[in-house]
Amino acid sequence: MNRTYELMFIVRPDMVDEDLNKLISTLGSSVTSAGGTLKSEVWGKRRLAYTVRRFNDGIFVLLIIDGTGAMVHEVERRLRVTEQVIKFITVRTDEEVKRLDKIKKLRDAKKKISAAPAAPVTPEAGGETAPAAV
Amino acid sequence: MAEETKAPAATGGETRPAERSERSERPERSDRGPRGPRPGGGPGGSREGGRKYFRRKKVCKFCVEKIEAINYKDVRLLAGFVAESGKITPRRLTGVCTPHQRRLSKAIKQARNIALLPFAGRAQ
Repeated sequence: MNRTYELMFIVRPDMVDEDLNKLISTLGSSVTSAGGTLKSEVWGKRRLAYTVRRFNDGIFVLLIIDGTGAMVHEVERRLRVTEQVIKFITVRTDEEVKRLDKIKKLRDAKKKISAAPAAPVTPEAGGETAPAAV
Repeated sequence: MAEETKAPAATGGETRPAERSERSERPERSDRGPRGPRPGGGPGGSREGGRKYFRRKKVCKFCVEKIEAINYKDVRLLAGFVAESGKITPRRLTGVCTPHQRRLSKAIKQARNIALLPFAGRAQ
């Protein structure tokens, strides 16, 4: 039962890049060893909207985990144990992605239907997309 | 007749900027006492003096621009729907439709949790 999760966490701003990379790779290995996949994205230092553990800045990291809930549980446990991590949030995204795909497909289908009769008239297609850009 | 046609155009030109500025300073308004008639209450309503206002009906930004993905990571987008006090702006002020407001408020709450948006007050 594979699901997609987004796990975002914040580490303290004074954390060195090496340590951060090490942390991410250990998290990654814990996921991959259980048969999931993990992608990471470091957003870099950002200002926090409010003070967390007396920090006003933090390094934001986004993990995209493809796997089971047990893997996410393990990653969360590790984050909780790691002292440099000051905050994290897990969001399940697969259902949302599915919903968006469905909408996209529907829209594409509609576009095709509307484009088919008006195929010889190309400017109309341009006029159709223009309002969306506004 | 000519005057009548002229009047709504003039008032429309006058009220539009006023409404804009009022909308941008939305949070302060909540501190005030009784509010005047709400902007954009409906198409054409008469106020004191019998002056007629024609306001454009507010439409859902997400429906118009076909933004389906309302994500907690998109702080720029979400910040537009949060008052300066940090509160989520109600639908009646922004014109967002119910399904989108539901997603929006969820995303804002998630963003608050990860310190992307403030719970109260503006971000330092």
